[in-house]
Amino acid sequence: MTAHPPAAARRGRSRRAVVPLAAVGVLLAGTALTGCGQQRDPDVYTVMNSSTDESYHRWDAEAMARCSKRLGVTVEQQSVPAAQVMTKALRMASSKSLPDIIQFDASEMPTFADAGGLVDLRSLGLSTDDVPKGIVNFGSYKGTYYGASRSVNTLALFYNKDILDEAGVKVPTTWDELRDAAKRLTQGKRYGIALSAGGAEDGVFQFAPFMWSNGGDETKLDSPEVAQALDYWKGLLKDGSLSKSTLNWTQADVNDQFMAGNAAMMINGPWQVETLNTDKSLHWEIARIPVPKAGEDSVGPLGGSVLTVPNTDDEQRERTAGKIVACLSSQKEQLTYALNSWMVPANAKAAAVWREKVPELDALADQVAAARSRTAKLGAGWSSVSLALQSAFQSALTGQSSEAALKLAQQRATSGNRG
Amino acid sequence: MTTSTVTAPASAGKPAAPDPARLRRRRGIAQWGFVAPAVVFMLLFFGYPLVRNVVMSFQHYTPKTFFTGEAPFNGGDNWADVFQDALFGKALWHTLVFTAGSLLGQFCIGLALAVFFNRRFPLNGVLRSLILLPWLVPMVVSGIVWRRILDQDTGVLNSFLDTIGLGGHTPWLTSPGMALFSVVLVNIWIGIPFNMVILYGGLQEIPRELYEAASLDGASAWRTFRSITLPMLKPVVTVVLVLGFMSTVKILDLILALTDGGPADSTQTLGTLTYQNSFVQLDFGAGAVVGNVLILISAVFAVFYLRANRTEGK
Repeated sequence: MTAHPPAAARRGRSRRAVVPLAAVGVLLAGTALTGCGQQRDPDVYTVMNSSTDESYHRWDAEAMARCSKRLGVTVEQQSVPAAQVMTKALRMASSKSLPDIIQFDASEMPTFADAGGLVDLRSLGLSTDDVPKGIVNFGSYKGTYYGASRSVNTLALFYNKDILDEAGVKVPTTWDELRDAAKRLTQGKRYGIALSAGGAEDGVFQFAPFMWSNGGDETKLDSPEVAQALDYWKGLLKDGSLSKSTLNWTQADVNDQFMAGNAAMMINGPWQVETLNTDKSLHWEIARIPVPKAGEDSVGPLGGSVLTVPNTDDEQRERTAGKIVACLSSQKEQLTYALNSWMVPANAKAAAVWREKVPELDALADQVAAARSRTAKLGAGWSSVSLALQSAFQSALTGQSSEAALKLAQQRATSGNRG
Repeated sequence: MTTSTVTAPASAGKPAAPDPARLRRRRGIAQWGFVAPAVVFMLLFFGYPLVRNVVMSFQHYTPKTFFTGEAPFNGGDNWADVFQDALFGKALWHTLVFTAGSLLGQFCIGLALAVFFNRRFPLNGVLRSLILLPWLVPMVVSGIVWRRILDQDTGVLNSFLDTIGLGGHTPWLTSPGMALFSVVLVNIWIGIPFNMVILYGGLQEIPRELYEAASLDGASAWRTFRSITLPMLKPVVTVVLVLGFMSTVKILDLILALTDGGPADSTQTLGTLTYQNSFVQLDFGAGAVVGNVLILISAVFAVFYLRANRTEGK
């Protein structure tokens, strides 16, 4: 307060005020630069996937190491949670920093392809000769083959053999048998069957085999076939053979219930097998999902992920990325991956070998052969139909009539500028 | 420059002092220098996203936009779509019920606990720190644990109710009529520590003499609470409620972990609706509309808060 600074110091002070400004400016420029276009390392290729589980991450790393060696490049994986793959890929697209390969859930692939984000795999030299038509379609959008699958999965009926034997219940094959078996297997705290009617994609995935096997279709949610399928679920609830908590269960929760002995049967997929096998005292087996009437086809939803090459405008790299995809989805790699993950190889020849090696999952291979992809008819429009359907079956299972709920769902799915 | 200082030596009795106008200007520059980083920060990290969100709500913003950079303006289409969607009205109502219910529960229990701990008794400190625990647990973890606790068949809560003979088949999270209530209960549990800590701090500030005087006058406990504690606590109460409101109204993580908005959309709030529009349907324009509504609601309350603060300043 006492002495006033001379002119030089005064300038110094105003300079001091400038320093923070300049620092902020530098920081901004820095972030802006790192945001745009990362420099790609010429011999390092990145695969973005959702293998955040330790075992999946390890299997992928091993497969990538083998392909790196064969192709003379380095392949690295970057694993993000499954729900974030799409949004992260979109952000990377806008900042021109897409990885060389993205592994999408097959139901999400059409959205990215529709935005113009993917390269035609056939143009990169990938062959689909040994891949069954259904699985080629699974990785295609509007007739173009964008995604190579290594393995596919679907849903099946898992049952606890000991409980069924003890109760003298035969493995159900039709809806009536399933309802009857579930009723007879319900005892005390144990329910006959567990499935996921949760308000997310899990629930829709589980509803699909009932809807489709009955001749229903996602393009017409208000048809009597879909309503009958929903009424069938309502019947299981009404009988008390299915816990009301089904509304809040994911497929992983369903598996927990089955393993804890709270359910004698469950609808679930092969990705649970690794967990199921951790309990040596649990004797489970699988069968095809029962159909409305004997002799009808059991149509399950095809699940799994596909390897895609995003559009990076760098043809040289895209071609190499295509080779990496070809290597990762080669017959040999498919078999290794399928045996590790308990899923069915996409390649027909690999699948034949797999059937011999894993006879206990034979029913699953049959179910896969007849399975259908969720996005085959609606493509990128699937997500809004899926949301409408979730809301509909949850309303119906908690009291509303199936017809009314589905009618509303159909209106919601087709209204607005969605899709 | 030097001449002015020389010609005005008598200005403030300090020989080297510059004239007041210059001094003020210099001080002004310095002040701006200090304020500038904050302003730049606010503009960049608050102003920009806010403006961007408003602009986005008038655009057809889809996955294609990320590749082409083109997001054509579509007037009020997004707004019309969102407002016509029956789910929006539902979500708005759920958000209001959720916020009002949570705040009421958190505040009342928090205040009761704060008053309780304001007395001196053994283990006071230990118990008080234990009550803080829900606050320290990440929201998603609490959500997942509570989802198990509230499971209709295998949950601990229903088993407990069964054991003491109070039914035990309550569909906490599986009945559309019940789920919102259960979610509010869990959020009250989460919010109690925050309310208690701040209110406890406020109580400690109230001079003990006031209570001594009240007891000399023979005031009842309720009278003391109403005439001394509450009025003296008013500024803290405002802070607690407004901060609580702002963090509650935008709830997302807890609901995603507990019910995912279900069953049958009975726990969809504006937060989950924004999430669903933007990150499930990838309709970013519609997501931005709901986001803007949320911002608007928060802004209204922020104004109330600033008003309340200003009147106290006087």
